[in-house]
Formats: sequence, structure tokens, C-alpha cells
Amino acid sequence: MESINNKEDVLILAIESSCDETAAAVVKNGREVLSNIIFSQIDLHTLYGGVVPEIASRKHIEKINQVIEQALKEAGVTLDDITAIAVTYGPGLVGALLVGVSAAKAIAFAAGKPLVGVHHIEGHICANYIENKELEPPFGCLVVSGGHSHLVRVKDYGEYEIIGRTRDDAAGEAFDKVARAIGLGYPGGPKIDKVSKEGNPDAIHFPRAKVDENVYDFSFSGLKSAVLNYLNQCEMKGIQIVVPDVAASFQKSVVDVLVEHSMQAIKEFGFKKFAIAGGVASNSGLRAAFEDACAKRKIEFYHPSPIFCTDNAAMIGVAGYYEYIKGVRSGMDLNAVPGLKLGER
Amino acid sequence: MKILALDSSGLVASVAVLDGDTIQSEYTMNYKKTHSQTLLPMLEAVKELTNLDLSTIEAIAVAAGPGSFTGLRIGSATAKGLGLALNTPIISVPTLEGLAYIFYGSDKIICPIMDARRNQVYAGLYSFEKKGPIYEMTTIKGQCATDIDALLDEINKLDTDVMFLGDGVPVFEQTIKEKCKIGFSFAPAHMNRQRAGAVAAYGRVLYEAGKYESAAEHAPEYLRLSQAERERMEGIDTSCISVR
Repeated sequence: MESINNKEDVLILAIESSCDETAAAVVKNGREVLSNIIFSQIDLHTLYGGVVPEIASRKHIEKINQVIEQALKEAGVTLDDITAIAVTYGPGLVGALLVGVSAAKAIAFAAGKPLVGVHHIEGHICANYIENKELEPPFGCLVVSGGHSHLVRVKDYGEYEIIGRTRDDAAGEAFDKVARAIGLGYPGGPKIDKVSKEGNPDAIHFPRAKVDENVYDFSFSGLKSAVLNYLNQCEMKGIQIVVPDVAASFQKSVVDVLVEHSMQAIKEFGFKKFAIAGGVASNSGLRAAFEDACAKRKIEFYHPSPIFCTDNAAMIGVAGYYEYIKGVRSGMDLNAVPGLKLGER
Repeated sequence: MKILALDSSGLVASVAVLDGDTIQSEYTMNYKKTHSQTLLPMLEAVKELTNLDLSTIEAIAVAAGPGSFTGLRIGSATAKGLGLALNTPIISVPTLEGLAYIFYGSDKIICPIMDARRNQVYAGLYSFEKKGPIYEMTTIKGQCATDIDALLDEINKLDTDVMFLGDGVPVFEQTIKEKCKIGFSFAPAHMNRQRAGAVAAYGRVLYEAGKYESAAEHAPEYLRLSQAERERMEGIDTSCISVR
């Protein structure tokens, strides 16, 4: 291994604890992931059918040091080698965010390192830089996860404009709720994706919701209700539902809307490149549809590997690097901001 | 030895540095601002004003619960971050023992109480016994979450006057006055809330008794399950919990 602590190199130690993953990573010069440690709490929350904020916060505090120490160890560096500390400070669950923010501030303070607060969605977008070294702004990006559905115009590093967002449920949330209703359990995204492969996506026509005021906004609660209504009607009529068909038809309805909005944005804003990010970006149906639609329009399409789609700290390290070199610094009064908006500080 | 102490278990935010037998610095605030915005800036001020060399810190003492869940985590996560960066152990100081230690040497029974909501308090009962030239704090009733009435029933069986302190006092003052049958008093302003100085001094006692842990091991002691866990154990359907 070549020397990794060249004086010119910028090494970011990144910490992420916004939801139910306790994560730390070391990222070199914004593009090279030296370590990416994730402790997933998913098994704990499966018992409750969703993330329980207090349980998530309690688990974060138990695991945080272990995850950070392992990230440093696997990267083959010590805290001394680190240039700056980056941490997710919003959006997310406030109690969960506070664990990462408090620990990051204490480490930055005690080790005398600069601190950079990072927006969680910015992290997701930046996950695309890890495996696509040639990708640079400007481009369009769809961020879809359990908590977020955003259509974003990436103007430059650290410069974003939200052109569409969900009016109600996030895409991933709709997956979770529908999965629960058809008995697949939590987490819904991967489970629906899997059974969809055996189903007919055109078996049932579920609505593709449009939001009148902004063509780029999403609404998934109507779709969720349509699925629930369909299930109720089947039950009343004594019709046995075909789970793979319901899953595939629901997934297609979500994917169609996401792709359609994105393609419209590509046309209006003239994007030459388009990326997807967030937990739902690892959905195979979504990827295939985007690959197809982008290829047709000769648009370069990017997506992170599944490990960089779910919540992770490597993406926070990448975003933190670009904020760091732009001169962004956070003070010791950095607070968790659960409703933090993209592009705001 | 040098101990850096933190307490953000309740409304008070407090930091202190103990150097040998003296508190070199102590910064305490009782102001409605989140600990996340005050604790580290206070520590920064203490470091700046006293030219504190952090590498001389040998242990971090933290009020480790009970208390506000979020407040405890801010304190513990801060302590863990400091411990990780400075490579020092953490002394978990039970919050109520830290409070009681403010009354070192008192001949009263010390009863710190913290408001735990739902008509409960976090409380403990402590006294000081003279052992040669020093006093040792002994636990009559270890810290727990209890109904205020049950606590007062227990106190009424004691034969020594009781000193109440803590943020539970303003909440239950009337109840105490009505139901406490033995001699009691309330602590004055400078001794009735969390003080990191006491956490540091008592932390040193614990440290010398070998009671400390690694920064990675440390976690707060909440004395209560989360609501979701409680309801699940009571057999209440929790499947309606919002996903995010």
C-alpha cells in the first residue's frame, strides 16, 4: 500500500447517525474511501415494524466509539493523520443525530481538528462521486430513501437547488407501508423488490399521482391508499391476492412516476448527466428503468453501489471534503437540525 | 490527577476540571438552551481561560444517569468523543450520587430528586459516615425511578432529618410539605442542582476504587426502558409506530 498520509492529502473522518445506522468512514481527497464501517440496527427495529427513535438513539451511543475506532483502524490511520471531522447534523431523528454531532464535536475539540457539519441528503448525492471518478457537477439527481424524495439540480459542489419533493410520504416510506400491508414485513424496499421479480407489473393498475402546483413534486400517500383499498376490496369479495403481482404493480407505479418526473427535469434543465441516490436507489426495478430511459435520451446515468445507497459515513466524508475545501467550518455550538433543508446552513 | 467532568443530565449544563485537590475551573449554567449548543462552547471557554492542556487529562467523569434521555446522551457522547481523542477512561458517575456528594460531610440524610414525569421522581437516599479524617458516602437507597408518595413513605420511616435537592423539588415541594412527617429542609440555590465540580470530586473517589470503564464501553444508565419497549413488554400493539 502506498503512503496514505501524504502531507498534501486531505483525510476526512466522517460520522453519520441520522437514523438507524451508526457509521464512520475515512475518505481521502473526497473520492477514495479508505474505510466504511456501518453498524445497522435493522434487526432491533424490525420487532416494531419501523425505526423507534429512542431505541435508535440508545444504540448509537453504545456503538459510536467502536465504529469510529474501526474506521480509523481499517483505513490504517490514526486521529493525528486526519485533516478534519465531518458529521451529519440534519435532517434526521434529533436524538439520533445528537449522538454523532456531540461525539464529532468532542473529537474535533480534543484533537484540535476542524469540524464540518454535513447535510444528509448532500451526502447521498455525493455517494455518486465515490465510484464515478469522472462525475462532476452540473447534473440532475433523484434522492429517494425511507425519509426523503427529492429531485435536485446539482449546480456545483455544495450548490443545490431542489426542484421537486414529496408532498406527503417519502418513496421508501410507501414501500414500507405497502410491504407491511401485504405481509412482507420490514424493511419494505428490498422485500418488495425481491418478490416483484416474480410478479406481473401490469396486473393491477395503480394511480400515478400528479401534483398540480409543481410538476416535479411527488405524492405517494394516494398510491399507498389505492393499494390498501385494493387489498380491502379483494378481502371483501373473497379474492385471494397474488402478492408478487401487487408488489410488482405497486413498484412499477412508483418507478414510473420517479422516472417520468426525472426525464421531464432532464428536458427542461438540459442535464447531460443524471444520478440517483438514497436507499431506494438500490431498487433493481428503479435502476433498470432509469438505465433504459437515460440510454434512450443519450444521458449519462450514474448510481452508487448498494453499500453507498443506504445510510453510510463514506458519503458524508465525500460531501464533507468538498465543503471543507470550500472553507466551510462548523463551531462547537453545532446543533442537530432535524428538519434541515438542503442548501441551508 | 486531572479529571474533566461533565453534567448535562437535567436542565443544568456544567463542566469542571479537577486538578489534585482543587477544582481548577467550573462553569455551570441553568438556562433554557439545548446542551448541544452550550456544553462544548463552555468546555472551549474553560480550556481557553485556563490554558488547559487537554493531554494532561487522565479521566473523563460524566453524570451518567438517570436524567433527560437526550441530555444524558449529549453528555455521554461528548465524554466518549473526548475519551476517544484523548485516550482516557470514562468514570460513569450516577447522577444522584453526584448530586448527593455536594453535601459531603453532612449529618442529614441527603435525598436528591429529579422530576421523572408521570408523577415519578428519580431519587436516592444517601448519608455520610466518618472514617478517620474523611467521610464516606453510603447509599441508603440506590437511585431509582419511584412514585413520590412511595418515596415519602420510605423517608417517613427514617430517624434522621432529610435534605432535599434537585429539579424535582420545585415540582413536588407541596407534596413533600404535606406528606413528609420527619424533619426536612430544601437545599439553598448554590447547592440544589447538578455541579460538575461534585461529579469530578466524586468521580475521583470512584476512580480510586477502580470504578471506571473504557470510552467505547461507556453508555448512560437511563433507569427506564423506552416507551416502545415498555409497551411491547406490556403487550400493547406497537405496529402503529410511525416509520420515520
